[in-house]
Amino acid sequence: MTAVVGRTPGDTPARANPVGRAVTDAGVLAWRSLKRIPRTPDMLIYATIQPIMFVLLFAYVFGNAIPIPGFPGARAYREFLMSGIFAQTMAFAVASASVGLADDMSKGLIDRFRSLPMARSGVIAGRVIGDLVFNAFVMVVMVICGFVVGWRWHNGFGQALAAFGILLLFAFAMLWVGALIGLSVGGPEVAASAGLIWLFPLTFLSNAFVPTPNLPSGLQPVAEWNPISSIVAACRHLFGNPSPFASPDGFPAQHPVWLSLIWCAAIIAIFAPLAVRKYRSATSH
Amino acid sequence: MAAIEATGLVKTFRSRKNTVKALDGIDLEVPEGSVLGLLGPNGAGKTTTVRILTTLMEPEEGSARVLGHDVVTEADTVRSLVGLSGQYAAVDELLTGRENLWMFGRLYRLGSQQAKQRAEELLEIFDLTEAADRILKTYSGGMRRRLDLAGSLIAHPKVLFLDEPTTGLDPRSRLDLWQIIRDRVSEGVTILLTTQYLEEADELADSIAVVDHGSVIARGTADELKAKVGGERIEVVVHDPEETGRALELLTGALGISDPDATTMDQHSRRITVPAPGGSSTLVDVIRTLDGAGIRIADIGLRRPTLDDVFLTLTGHEAEQKEELV
Repeated sequence: MTAVVGRTPGDTPARANPVGRAVTDAGVLAWRSLKRIPRTPDMLIYATIQPIMFVLLFAYVFGNAIPIPGFPGARAYREFLMSGIFAQTMAFAVASASVGLADDMSKGLIDRFRSLPMARSGVIAGRVIGDLVFNAFVMVVMVICGFVVGWRWHNGFGQALAAFGILLLFAFAMLWVGALIGLSVGGPEVAASAGLIWLFPLTFLSNAFVPTPNLPSGLQPVAEWNPISSIVAACRHLFGNPSPFASPDGFPAQHPVWLSLIWCAAIIAIFAPLAVRKYRSATSH
Repeated sequence: MAAIEATGLVKTFRSRKNTVKALDGIDLEVPEGSVLGLLGPNGAGKTTTVRILTTLMEPEEGSARVLGHDVVTEADTVRSLVGLSGQYAAVDELLTGRENLWMFGRLYRLGSQQAKQRAEELLEIFDLTEAADRILKTYSGGMRRRLDLAGSLIAHPKVLFLDEPTTGLDPRSRLDLWQIIRDRVSEGVTILLTTQYLEEADELADSIAVVDHGSVIARGTADELKAKVGGERIEVVVHDPEETGRALELLTGALGISDPDATTMDQHSRRITVPAPGGSSTLVDVIRTLDGAGIRIADIGLRRPTLDDVFLTLTGHEAEQKEELV
């Protein structure tokens, strides 16, 4: 008996080039994710309203109470704020991946995919790519929102583009974390809270909304080494926005861009293999 | 060569609370081109067996081959040769019927154009062409199930696994699906089908394996199993409770029943059951006998053996409806 049994003539062989195969499968699954987006308009609306709400709340409510050391004036906070909101929104990408995969699992789709002769990475990679495009769209909405409240970039378009690149890379890394969570928990409802609950302390204990010099001295190093802080600091650096540090001579203050890239690489290196491994043994109920 | 062979499959599920031996040494052999019905209650191990044979799960002990390929060491080859359709209708609710089939086609390694063409063929076969561009949220349960089955046929599989294909469907959709399955059988596809319904196994399967507590407790054709259970029975409810005893006596004599254990009587519910080896002709005999003796009949019917009867006979307990432990 050969592997040809049961296939129509002209089919590509079952053992095609594994890399090409993984790319095709990820592409097909990404196509699926993108097809779904306009068909769940409520999700699209909430995903964009939430960051807009954060921008307005922080810019006009908390902003007046939070001074930026070394940068006087009400507008300084809005310049300071936007990178924090960008990074927070990208971090919350965790939830879209975790809910999406948990949903597929509870509906038996993961079983279906696992019974197909497709690449083991395909389902997660497709989800991650689809969510990344979705997050890029949310980012455009937020940039417009930022312009409205008075945020600007000052170092030219090239550097701004680099900052957006880092933000999307960060979202990409966090999506793998979300994938692992989504495949590990029981159902989509649990996945939503399991994906988000730890992100609140993580984003608030960073430089995203409050300048680290304003924090108690014990928390300052924690906040400055926080991966979210390094993404935010890299963006502020590239946008030319105010970026105060409690320890201006430390590594996070001196090399924000490098540190942000290291963090993203580390997160991907740890969570991508874990998520794929989890997928291999994932079972629905 | 057998299309599906499994020997000594063992699988245990451990949770914090307890350990459940889902499979306790399952042996199966399905000759090419035939249909095996795996019959058993929820939690018997049917789904676990299918999961192992379709490479979704690895057995702890034992081994299995599909079309000669080991399900563990040659999992990828097995995946490209078999089709799986489960009880949960695993299709994307937000894609249309056509999009779902195209996607599955691509994942079965068809080219984009080929996948499109195959989707059209299957939509035609499954009578879904009109609904092809509607998203699945708008489909009925029967339509979803048909699309799910269509998805499993994309690569022209020689072996098809159907896990409770008609559970939860209305009778009309069930009959439609049965016809589709019969058509695949006539094309020479080997099928392993799990079901909780004796009737379904009877309709579709060449041979049946009855599973309980993770092992096969009986094998044979539907007729062989029914003969074990004792075949069809007649259930009579008489009008007057005082007459139950006399009615049973008359019937035992008239039908020439030698084994008193073969009959049952319950005076409270006025119910008598007797074996009906002649089927409906025995039914006529019973009516004639009781009518001739002036005994009024409140209700009478021919009862076919059910899964419960099979279990009662084979295991001494009724088919337990346990939660399916995955």
